[in-house]
Amino acid sequence: MRRLTLKTEGDTHIIVTRNFAAPPEAVYLAHTDPALIQKWLLGPEGWTMPVCQVDARAGGKFRYEWTNGKGAGFHITGEYVELKPHTRIVHVERMFLPDPTPDNHVETQFATNGSGTLMTIRMTLPDEKTRAMMLASGMEGGMEASYVRLEGLIPLRAAV
Amino acid sequence: MHTSSRLDAAFTALADPTRRAILARLAKGEATVMELAQPFKMTQPAISRHLKVLEDAGLVLQRVDGTTRPRRLAKDGVEAMDEWLAILRKALEKNYDRLDALLADSGSHKKGEKR
Repeated sequence: MRRLTLKTEGDTHIIVTRNFAAPPEAVYLAHTDPALIQKWLLGPEGWTMPVCQVDARAGGKFRYEWTNGKGAGFHITGEYVELKPHTRIVHVERMFLPDPTPDNHVETQFATNGSGTLMTIRMTLPDEKTRAMMLASGMEGGMEASYVRLEGLIPLRAAV
Repeated sequence: MHTSSRLDAAFTALADPTRRAILARLAKGEATVMELAQPFKMTQPAISRHLKVLEDAGLVLQRVDGTTRPRRLAKDGVEAMDEWLAILRKALEKNYDRLDALLADSGSHKKGEKR
């Protein structure tokens, strides 16, 4: 059961869960090692992350920059609040589109689940409106492709 | 309206407990403004303003029935939001599919990929 779940909780939270067929040590490493992050945290097809700076310690900063190779790009900056190796990452981040979005407080937990890992991401936005805008504007960034697909999808449905 | 701005409007419309409660009520069936106002300590004009936001966002429709204008859920608008959330899940899932492959790879080679 690797299926991703995404749901809202209360007025300001977004909860994402996902299972992995690897131990928490490996999943945690993939979230904190820049060379690994650059290989998977890419969003839609065609996007790359040429800049990935990570100082994975409490108070350390990180910066991710994405590009689609066709002139479009954006970046995220953040600060780590707490890192408990293989178990928990707490950080604050904001997206620059190009103006910064309100801070998103993110707690990521890695729990042993059989021979694998259950990851739970709990995001806390400053208020309901910010959460709504975030869901609407593409949560994890790089969603332009999704919008294009969505736009193709809706008229199709309406025509049925 | 441009699809993404309509979605913006839809999610913004949902960022209010009264409007969510109105949608929850309409999910059970059509209702008049008076019926909708009843559970809230609000005037009908206040409820009408919320309904206007929901209608502009494409989430609620009205029809004329004599002197009343019963409101109902706009199935298309609600479905569009559902689909958007599903697409968001899919985009996230794409990241994690790549991570799956990466984990499988590093697991079999038993080596880190430190910079």
